[in-house]
Amino acid sequence: MSDSTVLGLHHEEEHHPELLHHFSDAQQQRDASSLGMWIFLATEVMFFGGLFCAYLIYRRWYFGDFGAASKSIDATLGATNTAVLICSSLTVVLAIWAAQTARRTLMIGTLILTMLFGLAFLGIKGKEYKDKFEEHHVPGASFSFDHVPVPGHPDQYANPRHAEIFFALYFIMTGLHALHMIIGLGIFSWLLYMAWKGRFTPEYQTPLEIGGLYWHFVDIVWIYLFPLLYLIDRHP
Amino acid sequence: MYFSVWGALLVGTFITYKVAYIDLGRFNAAVALIIATVKALLVALFFMHLKGAHERLLKLVVISTIFFLFILIVLSMADYGTRTWS
Repeated sequence: MSDSTVLGLHHEEEHHPELLHHFSDAQQQRDASSLGMWIFLATEVMFFGGLFCAYLIYRRWYFGDFGAASKSIDATLGATNTAVLICSSLTVVLAIWAAQTARRTLMIGTLILTMLFGLAFLGIKGKEYKDKFEEHHVPGASFSFDHVPVPGHPDQYANPRHAEIFFALYFIMTGLHALHMIIGLGIFSWLLYMAWKGRFTPEYQTPLEIGGLYWHFVDIVWIYLFPLLYLIDRHP
Repeated sequence: MYFSVWGALLVGTFITYKVAYIDLGRFNAAVALIIATVKALLVALFFMHLKGAHERLLKLVVISTIFFLFILIVLSMADYGTRTWS
């Protein structure tokens, strides 16, 4: 056995420029990047998890009032936003596949589409927030929620203080989610720039993969937010 | 392959939206959350490439995350849910 084999150095192999020296091979480097992002996503799960837990507890306490408040937000817009994010997740995986198969135009195109879907999501969210603002459903001094019947109990009116808690949770959870979308758009504009510069090849597209992991996570959060916030008590 | 997952996700969203308008009583929330969990699993397994992952440390991280989230929600709800004072 020669010294170079014992040390794991293979002088006859091409050293890929993106392989950093503290990793023994490209696969290990990819695994390390992926693990790092997943650990970050684990912290994000707990970040949103706390809010979901608070929401679930209050919803159980004030189910009727939450139902009344939930009816006043637009479920069609919410469902559309869900579809928009699902399409954006598809374009992300297609961008990675395009990088792996050296399809530069498709890669750039799908990255741009992903960002357009993200912007569409934020635009629809903005319209929803605008509606809430006009209806005085934003928690604070000008909040009002009088004489709104509880779904299923037409003789009872919802308690405005409890409804205000719903809207506080609605704005905090969707606002935090929207902030993550905006950060995701920032990440993807950087990925688009790197893709344009030709940094991603069939051998190396790790930033796309871990950016994609983040984007899919934001999608998953919305997949849970939609039924919990919008669809509490919609049946007539 | 990705397109089938995408199609399933969109179908799941449509079903969730439509079923919400049917009166199933207490099962409305359960159905919506079960469909949402299936959708989240589809995204995690296929879009986030967990299905082909071999690294045991990665599987440990993902399973622990779900486990601790489960503790957070279940134990908190059990605490508040079993307080019988009004």
